[in-house]
Amino acid sequence: MEFLSQLINGLSLGSIYALIALGYTMVYGICKMLNFAHGDVIMVGAYMLSIAMATLHFPPFLSILVSMVVCATLGVCIEKIAYKPLRNASPLAVLITAIGVSYFLQSSALLLFGSTQRRVESAINVPNLQIGAFSISGNSLITLGVTVVLMVIITWFINNTMTGKAILAVSEDKGAAQLMGINVNRTISVTFLIGSALAAVAGVLFISAYGYVGPYTGSMPGIKAFVAAVLGGIGSVPGAMLGGILLGIIESLSKAYISTQLSDAIVFGVLIVVLLVRPNGLLGKKRTEKV
Amino acid sequence: MSKVFTKKNILLFVVIAAIYALLFTLDGMGFFNRQTRALLVPICINIILAVSLNLIVGFLGELTLGHAGFMSVGAYTGCMFTIYADLPMAVEFPLAMLIGGVVAAVFGVIIGIPALRLRGDYLAIVTLAFGEIIRSILNNLSLVGGSGGLNGIPKYSNYAIAYVVMIVTIVVIANLVKSRHGRAICSIRDNVIASESMGIPVVYYKLLAFVVAAFFAGVAGVLYGHNLGILKPSTFDFNKSIEILVMVVMGGMGSIPGSIIAAFLITVLPELLRGLADYRMLIYAVVLIVMMLLNNNARFNEFKTHIFAKKARRQGAGLTEGGE
Amino acid sequence: MALLEVTNLGISFGGLRAVDDFSVSIEKGALYGLIGPNGAGKTTVFYMLTGVYQPTVGTFALDGENLTGKTPLEISHKGIARTFQNIRLFNKMTVLDNVKIGLHNHVKYNVLDGIMRLPAYFRDEQKLNEDAKRLLEVFDLYGEKDYLASNLPYGKQRKLEIARALATAPKLLLLDEPAAGMNPNETAELMDTIRFVRDEFDMTILLIEHDMKLVSGICEEITVLNFGQVLAQGKPAEVLSDPKVIVAYLGE
Repeated sequence: MEFLSQLINGLSLGSIYALIALGYTMVYGICKMLNFAHGDVIMVGAYMLSIAMATLHFPPFLSILVSMVVCATLGVCIEKIAYKPLRNASPLAVLITAIGVSYFLQSSALLLFGSTQRRVESAINVPNLQIGAFSISGNSLITLGVTVVLMVIITWFINNTMTGKAILAVSEDKGAAQLMGINVNRTISVTFLIGSALAAVAGVLFISAYGYVGPYTGSMPGIKAFVAAVLGGIGSVPGAMLGGILLGIIESLSKAYISTQLSDAIVFGVLIVVLLVRPNGLLGKKRTEKV
Repeated sequence: MSKVFTKKNILLFVVIAAIYALLFTLDGMGFFNRQTRALLVPICINIILAVSLNLIVGFLGELTLGHAGFMSVGAYTGCMFTIYADLPMAVEFPLAMLIGGVVAAVFGVIIGIPALRLRGDYLAIVTLAFGEIIRSILNNLSLVGGSGGLNGIPKYSNYAIAYVVMIVTIVVIANLVKSRHGRAICSIRDNVIASESMGIPVVYYKLLAFVVAAFFAGVAGVLYGHNLGILKPSTFDFNKSIEILVMVVMGGMGSIPGSIIAAFLITVLPELLRGLADYRMLIYAVVLIVMMLLNNNARFNEFKTHIFAKKARRQGAGLTEGGE
Repeated sequence: MALLEVTNLGISFGGLRAVDDFSVSIEKGALYGLIGPNGAGKTTVFYMLTGVYQPTVGTFALDGENLTGKTPLEISHKGIARTFQNIRLFNKMTVLDNVKIGLHNHVKYNVLDGIMRLPAYFRDEQKLNEDAKRLLEVFDLYGEKDYLASNLPYGKQRKLEIARALATAPKLLLLDEPAAGMNPNETAELMDTIRFVRDEFDMTILLIEHDMKLVSGICEEITVLNFGQVLAQGKPAEVLSDPKVIVAYLGE
């Protein structure tokens, strides 16, 4: 029973990672860059939720919406200001900029909200599911459900709408997509918009599970979600889901059975092994590098 | 051997000695207050860290986010050595630095190996992961004090020793970069495919850059531990790695004098501008972003070329001085 | 015995046979052309000869030594040097340093010599500077030795790339579309340079090109590839008047 409940914890944590990983994967696919600041968008989402609910007394649903809109706008602005001028720059320059943006968000939050973590009312309150003597946390189920639904919507969106197909085309070849009349800048903005809105949802779910938000709330889940994206195969939507859930389960189980303090080390160990053994991830396409 | 005693080298030596003497006399005259004096060793340590990281980021062209990890490995092994070895300081301390450096260099090989297969973002995240793993393990290793920290380290570091070690580091890395080995490292940065097809053993040179950089980061760690007398795993977190990266980026990737100046400023400014302490991280972030945007801005580069045209021509001529 | 002996070389990607049954033998001192329409597999042949791709079948040997299955690094050490279709210079390094990278393996001073500036360092660096100077003077680039490679005009970048490849003292020089992106004047100058390199350095050269004029102007012998297959082989005049070749280039 203990094992089963750890497994469900893992699933729920993993589905949050999966949502964040989806943002990484989409941005990586289209811009070939690791958006280091993506994790910190989660933190912004969580603060927005807390402000909307506690300070402005918005109802939970509206608060979530506010948080999504703010994050989506933020994501698009980050891309326009910091990443767009560097489209043709070296990957090193882009990565350093992304780290800079991540730090910028963290330290701005530190200055605005202080270093103490603030308590956030959960936006989601669902009674636990009772099966005989066994109880499953309602929030875990909601988290899992929301993630699955969003994954399905995103997959449908990418494969069946014009914008989705434009995203695929730009990911494949920017130049060719432009020649086909696709507005590359707009498509990239849309990708950042979707990714950041998903990060806001992940932030809401994360905060509902943990109850606190601080300036550094986003950085660890952000990095782990990147691990998840790599694990599943970067650029692949089902890969992000699989990677996220696997990582969540690995983390929960190692917390329960090995050591709480070493669980991060184990997660990172998994990443290193995966990258060395299977650099394209579990579901990633093998790419032959063009010479 | 007359080439060692060129005008330029003698001048350089005089400048190095003069800076040392100046600071030493100022200190002797009681010119520095306690806070200022406390900065002297950290300045040297940060210069060592920045110059060594520059070898990987600026010259090899790979990003690592685990330099603090190398530093911590060196710091812990070196400090454990002085705690348990019962030797006179003059023997013990240099040995500790050597051991710390060598163990960090071994980790440099371990982290360098993925660097052979991975590039860019992936390598950055793997080095970050290595750094975090090392920190987690140190946090849980009761042998080295765990999260409470390693206490009772003799305070051997002083300004004179740190200054000498700093000069050695700068000379070694500057000379390495100007040798055929350094050229090979730079060629990997510029175009790895061409480099390999020119017969450059890319694997060897990537590892060499990692090993040398890790060695000096380890030595810096040993100096650090013997300066404070206590080591805590939390010191060597991701933020420390970023701080060193900021020094390298601010000073200009691939510029050793730049790294030195930036490391100096970043160590000194927060102390001088105490009011800005809260904004330190924000300033780092803005520096990173603005530097990258400016470096990749065509109009700014044109402006820069215009300003530095004369200087660049002179430097260009200077590059070949060594051998002619 | 021929300097380069390629026997039945072939490679498949997935089910696609990119190059099939490619054989050629190039004598020492020859200027050999490999031509064919886009997608014929010319560049794939280069990748196999430089170890970037491993051939699925067949072998190739340089000076009697079988090099099939060797890595790019090993092949470079064995004496095959190349230039690239899309120029790959070390852009942030000086012109002089670019050539010195080519000369890298000609001196042996070790890391310690370099760091400590021991006598071996000064001796070897002087030799490198002299050798590099000689090469740059041949290509009329010595005046620009302290320029960054990226600041050279296009034609000079091509020349520098050839100089850098020659610096490795290869037995065989592979030129990948050297005239790509050049106007007729520049192409004419390039033809002179290539001929000059062959004569001055007694070099064996294999070049890939679409530009028929360049190929028929300087190559003594050519092979035409189409859809990965050898279509014709021989003297330029005979090959280019071959109806099969005309069809492949111009259509029916």
